[in-house]
Amino acid sequence: MIKTDIVVIGGGPAGICAAINAASSGAKVLLLDRDSQLGGQLIKQTHMFFGSQKQHASVRGIDIPGILVKEMEEYKDNIQIMLDATVLGIYEDGVLTIEKNDDYIKIKPKGIIVATGASEKFPAFPNNDLPGIYGAGAVQTLMNVYGVSPGKSVFMVGAGNIGLIVSYQLVQAGVEVKGVICRGPRYGGYAVHASKLKRIGVPIMPGHRVIHAHGKDKLERITLIKLDENKKEISGTEFDIETDVLCISTGLTPLGELLWQMGCEMKFIREFSGHVPVRNEELETTVPGVFVAGDVAGIEEASSAMVEGRLAGLCCAKKLGFTNPEYSSLKEDYLQQLHDLRSGPVGDGIRKGLAKIVV
Amino acid sequence: MRIESHPILTFEKGKIVKFTYNGKEMEGYEGEPIAAALHAQGIKVLGYTHHRNRPRGFYCAIGNCSSCLMVVNGKPNVRTCVEKLTEGAVVETQKGRGELK
Repeated sequence: MIKTDIVVIGGGPAGICAAINAASSGAKVLLLDRDSQLGGQLIKQTHMFFGSQKQHASVRGIDIPGILVKEMEEYKDNIQIMLDATVLGIYEDGVLTIEKNDDYIKIKPKGIIVATGASEKFPAFPNNDLPGIYGAGAVQTLMNVYGVSPGKSVFMVGAGNIGLIVSYQLVQAGVEVKGVICRGPRYGGYAVHASKLKRIGVPIMPGHRVIHAHGKDKLERITLIKLDENKKEISGTEFDIETDVLCISTGLTPLGELLWQMGCEMKFIREFSGHVPVRNEELETTVPGVFVAGDVAGIEEASSAMVEGRLAGLCCAKKLGFTNPEYSSLKEDYLQQLHDLRSGPVGDGIRKGLAKIVV
Repeated sequence: MRIESHPILTFEKGKIVKFTYNGKEMEGYEGEPIAAALHAQGIKVLGYTHHRNRPRGFYCAIGNCSSCLMVVNGKPNVRTCVEKLTEGAVVETQKGRGELK
């Protein structure tokens, strides 16, 4: 049985930042990730980030893990990293069980920070399980991490930032993008991403949805239908498009299984795209000593995930008696950064969601 | 298909290793996910479901959704989107739930 002060579950932007701040406050930290490298989904984000300097704006996503890992090295005496390690369960006595390379390991921490991220949602239509229909994250992993083209041509479902960005990345990788659809009357992502696509001739088609996928053993063709302004189908407007890849980018949902298992009070929050834990301003859930950070607390951006990680790390350590000498000013700074990131019209939904879940 | 040139990325690849897919000899890069090595050869169907025998490919590619289960070195239900390719790996299409020996 491994004993430690704080276990951080998930080594993406939120988890790494949580580990850094817990360790810099003096706590011994064990950082776990089921992948064989740190960085979470940043390792495939080739685009530059928004936000402010503090959240690495204008840096490509793929370059951020390196910056964070370097920062983490300053506290290496306090941080142990365990990769290829999947948390299987958390028990009533506070013991975590982990599978690593077919070994079964038990860990007993005093505090837990859950930063497990999110998984992709999946729209319903007949044959939506055909091979060739992939999540946008999967397409990014395949082409940006492993250098394998997802197919000859791709049709994109979803015109939020991820859908727009991945479409552009596909063209960069030499793949034809036949079109991008969304159900609403306008694309949902930032104009800067949409105009990049328009410049290279990729059609953005608002007011459409996929009603059928076709193919014997794998995707060959899709049927689309036009939608009116209320997203209702207009009968007689069906048409087919040939494509061997359909990329699904219809949003993410928080990966909260471990929080459910621990008995954290969970609520469905539409603005956060799924069930998220009730928590206080310091990101502590209703189970004392269990904190959350990043997409598992509600779908947002990597920039806010990093700040949440820092806040959760700082506050979880304090709860266990490791008070950072600059605790108050750091906490104020992180809360201010989060406030700034969530201000303006882009943060409307996030602010509404937070009002329902933060106690 | 492999992406040969990219404006931003360079792909660090392991050494070339041989493996078999349903008995057929193939090549891939050591350490890349088995599903990526197969996809590069145009193989998208990785298994068939238990109930309706429907074809399955990968979906999430991060070890989350279990759509990519195959039999690897005799072991069923291996998530090939995250399982690393090794020299001499024996990879087979999984039908249904797979059988434990």
